[in-house]
Amino acid sequence: MDIPSLTIDQVRDGLRTRQFSSVELTSAALKFAREENPKTNAYLTFAEDRALEAAKSVDEKLARGEDPGPLAGVPVAVKDVIVTKGLRTTCGSRLLANFIPPYDATAIQRLEAAGGVILGKTNCDEFAMGSSNENSAFGPVRNPHALDRVPGGSSGGSAAAVAQGTAVVALGSDTGGSIRQPASFCGVVGVTPTYGRVSRYGLTAFASSLDHIGPLGRSVRDAALLLRVIAGRDPLDSTSAEAPVPDYLAHLNGDVKGLKLGLPREYLKDLTSETGNLIAGAVEKLKELGCEVRDISLPATDYAIDCYYVIATAEASSNLARYDGVRYTFRSSFSGTLSDMYRNTRGEGFGAECKRRIMLGTYVLSSGYYDAYYLKAQKVRALIARDFTKAFSEVDAIVAPVSPFPAFKIGEKIDDPMAMYLSDIYTITGDLAGIPCMSVPCGTTAEGLPVGMQILTRHFDETRMFRLADAFERAGGANG
Amino acid sequence: MKITEEEVRYVSDLANLKLTEEEVRKFQADLDEILVHVDRLKEIDTSNVEPMAQVLYQAEETATLRPDRERPGLGSKLALANAPLSGSGYFKVPEVIKR
Repeated sequence: MDIPSLTIDQVRDGLRTRQFSSVELTSAALKFAREENPKTNAYLTFAEDRALEAAKSVDEKLARGEDPGPLAGVPVAVKDVIVTKGLRTTCGSRLLANFIPPYDATAIQRLEAAGGVILGKTNCDEFAMGSSNENSAFGPVRNPHALDRVPGGSSGGSAAAVAQGTAVVALGSDTGGSIRQPASFCGVVGVTPTYGRVSRYGLTAFASSLDHIGPLGRSVRDAALLLRVIAGRDPLDSTSAEAPVPDYLAHLNGDVKGLKLGLPREYLKDLTSETGNLIAGAVEKLKELGCEVRDISLPATDYAIDCYYVIATAEASSNLARYDGVRYTFRSSFSGTLSDMYRNTRGEGFGAECKRRIMLGTYVLSSGYYDAYYLKAQKVRALIARDFTKAFSEVDAIVAPVSPFPAFKIGEKIDDPMAMYLSDIYTITGDLAGIPCMSVPCGTTAEGLPVGMQILTRHFDETRMFRLADAFERAGGANG
Repeated sequence: MKITEEEVRYVSDLANLKLTEEEVRKFQADLDEILVHVDRLKEIDTSNVEPMAQVLYQAEETATLRPDRERPGLGSKLALANAPLSGSGYFKVPEVIKR
């Protein structure tokens, strides 16, 4: 078995034909991940015991002739903002360096019930706030394609692990592009499903109206299979949707002839020339596959970044209020009075980006500014969603770049928050509208840096999104 | 200028977030740049637009309700397990009111 290139199908076949046992595969995958991890710092915690126990259970089921589940034996990495019972979950924050969750997220329960083997927890920007993974209290993650560059963020560890081959698939979370942008920077597939498709129960809250859990993988097929396993209504998340979850793999038939695609002109304005050329090449490929590509306009896009940074920080300032020194492991040693405890715990515990966002969110919600900022941003959000509804009355899917530029150097943007925020300019719109969107690799720059193409479809139409992405991938996608 | 250092200190009080003087200066500049950018929202006409607080799609009005059934909670031992200080089944915090 070639660990770094394994697919879910290969794991299934290998187990079925007894080429390896689940325990053998898990041990080999853990050993490889531990050896390779120092290069990228993708994993923060390895879950040796839990992984081997899960693998043993898969082997026992196979021995008894039972179905071990669609993810049986598959090595999975999990972003460290998704809680795992008894397994340290840091959210990339000093505040939670020793936090041991008392329960499993629903997505974790489902992936383990399907036979998935969690190898460990992956590094990320603190509380998923960032576009480069440099905001982790546990050091940055390095991009496996260029170790002096960022992997993107905030799910940088998950994207790097999949690209590096230290996991077959991974879970990430996306609030403004945190799955798609690192997937694009690391040359893997990353999926942000419809809002409500995957339960948020156990996903540490950043901006609740925008937060998603989603899969990353080295192929569309693997990412689609992982989504199918974790998706579906959960009574423990009242925003999770009742909608039936289709068998995505059954629809990956390569047939995209006659599909009407929209290319929004607002997404093509500030691209580097190489990213622009790669997207243009991808569009040509889609035409060759029989898709009809037309120019469309999503006029409210120009205001999306402003809209997002008001709504997301407002929600974050409320959600992060719970880290006050009472319940979550860290309390400042300067806690003489209750007020000192709150202020010093938060002042010492949060990193710079979290503080900046708590400040911005508190400001826009404060007396006298609510209407001008928060209410106004919610109205602009409605216009952004309306743009998509209108576009989808004319086209079946939208294709666009993921990020205006490929992976940048570590340190390049860290002192300029506005420049960093602009990394997300083309990904935040999908989160604001709550529609499914994904990044699929579409080539590399002269320096060998991957670039992703984004595909967006109507609410709950992941099926069509995956079919298009899979057809593109089969036609050579990145290399064709 | 959209925000002064004094306002930064006021907001940090609202957020119960202790900032150093250096952070106050840095965040004044950062927040000012962001707020100037965000001010562009004023350019877009939103008259007759309802604010969007959450993602909505077609579903029954009761689609998100679950049956109101009793189920076990975490229990105080597990709930307290991550507390920096606890005792007698409670979270412990610094003295609030002098007896």
